Amino acid sequence: MILPLAILLGFQLLGEITARGFGLPLPGPVLGMAFLFLALTAWPRLAARITDTARGLLGHLSLLFVPAGVGIVGHLGEMQADGAGLALAIVGSTALAIMAGVGAFLAVVRLTGGAGDAG
Amino acid sequence: MSDVTRIWTYLSADPLLWLTLTLVAYLIGDAAFVASGRRPLVNPVLLAVAILAVVLRLTGTPYQTYFAGAQFVHFMLGPATVALAVPLHANLPRIRASALPMAAALVAGALTGMVSAVLIAAAMGVTGQTLLSLAPKSVTAPVALGVSEAIGGSPTLTAVLVILTGITGAIIATPLLNALGVKDWRARGFAVGVASHGIGTARAFQVNETAGAFAGIGMGLNALLTALVAPLLAPPLIALLTH
Repeated sequence: MILPLAILLGFQLLGEITARGFGLPLPGPVLGMAFLFLALTAWPRLAARITDTARGLLGHLSLLFVPAGVGIVGHLGEMQADGAGLALAIVGSTALAIMAGVGAFLAVVRLTGGAGDAG
Repeated sequence: MSDVTRIWTYLSADPLLWLTLTLVAYLIGDAAFVASGRRPLVNPVLLAVAILAVVLRLTGTPYQTYFAGAQFVHFMLGPATVALAVPLHANLPRIRASALPMAAALVAGALTGMVSAVLIAAAMGVTGQTLLSLAPKSVTAPVALGVSEAIGGSPTLTAVLVILTGITGAIIATPLLNALGVKDWRARGFAVGVASHGIGTARAFQVNETAGAFAGIGMGLNALLTALVAPLLAPPLIALLTH
């Protein structure tokens, strides 16, 4: 529990230092994910040490968004003026983006004759 | 009575109470989700946020006080994002095999999400800074806030729009993709990750691990693409629409 957590936090720290050090427009944790991915590719044995903790964290990923979500409370008033437009834009664009993404993915799979690896 | 007041005064200013309530609200949301037969509309994040919003309103607690306790949960978003590398690595052979479809889905999904959101909102009479704040709403919060600030939007409004987009994606993805008859978990997960970042990814992990892994990649790649493209694309598009 402690070792895997230290590994995850260590990569986050590395990502944070790199992002700030080079003034990159990316958040530290996203870079940390890329670094951990490279490390796993270089030393596959690392995976066995952190897989359980990673699964545990990702299995409850939804919970981690709750504190930021509660921040909506402070903006309800501001959003009332444009509420209908923003609601329609969010629902409409999210549905369109999912359909465009799935459509493009499947179209290229078909074009390249990719194996039906759907499982 | 004064004892109750004294205990409340202590607890309401202490991180313990709000941390505990955050976990309890989520457990209630998750229990309702399971009890409903895992219906997407009964979204645990949405329910937990609603419960906590009512508690804060009834007790007159400012968000800052709540967040002082809840930040311990919020903090774990960082290591959880790093942990996405694990399913990414475990699915590496399938990911390598889907590089081209993913590239196409990334560009199509990211641009459709950004442009259609701005077009719909502009058609509904939304203008100026609010439109700029809307443009990066499909990507993970830390990137979206940076982009919003860079193009002249309001980062706090963007944070709200990002969360709402994530919850929307988590709710509509399963019924929408089932209605379209899409059975490829790679395509489903990836498109959801691109369109609705971490909250969509969290939902994808609940449905299928392959979908979750691909959603995580979609989220990460869209963060990269939007950070690079939105500052170039969004301001001219919005200037064109509002003149």
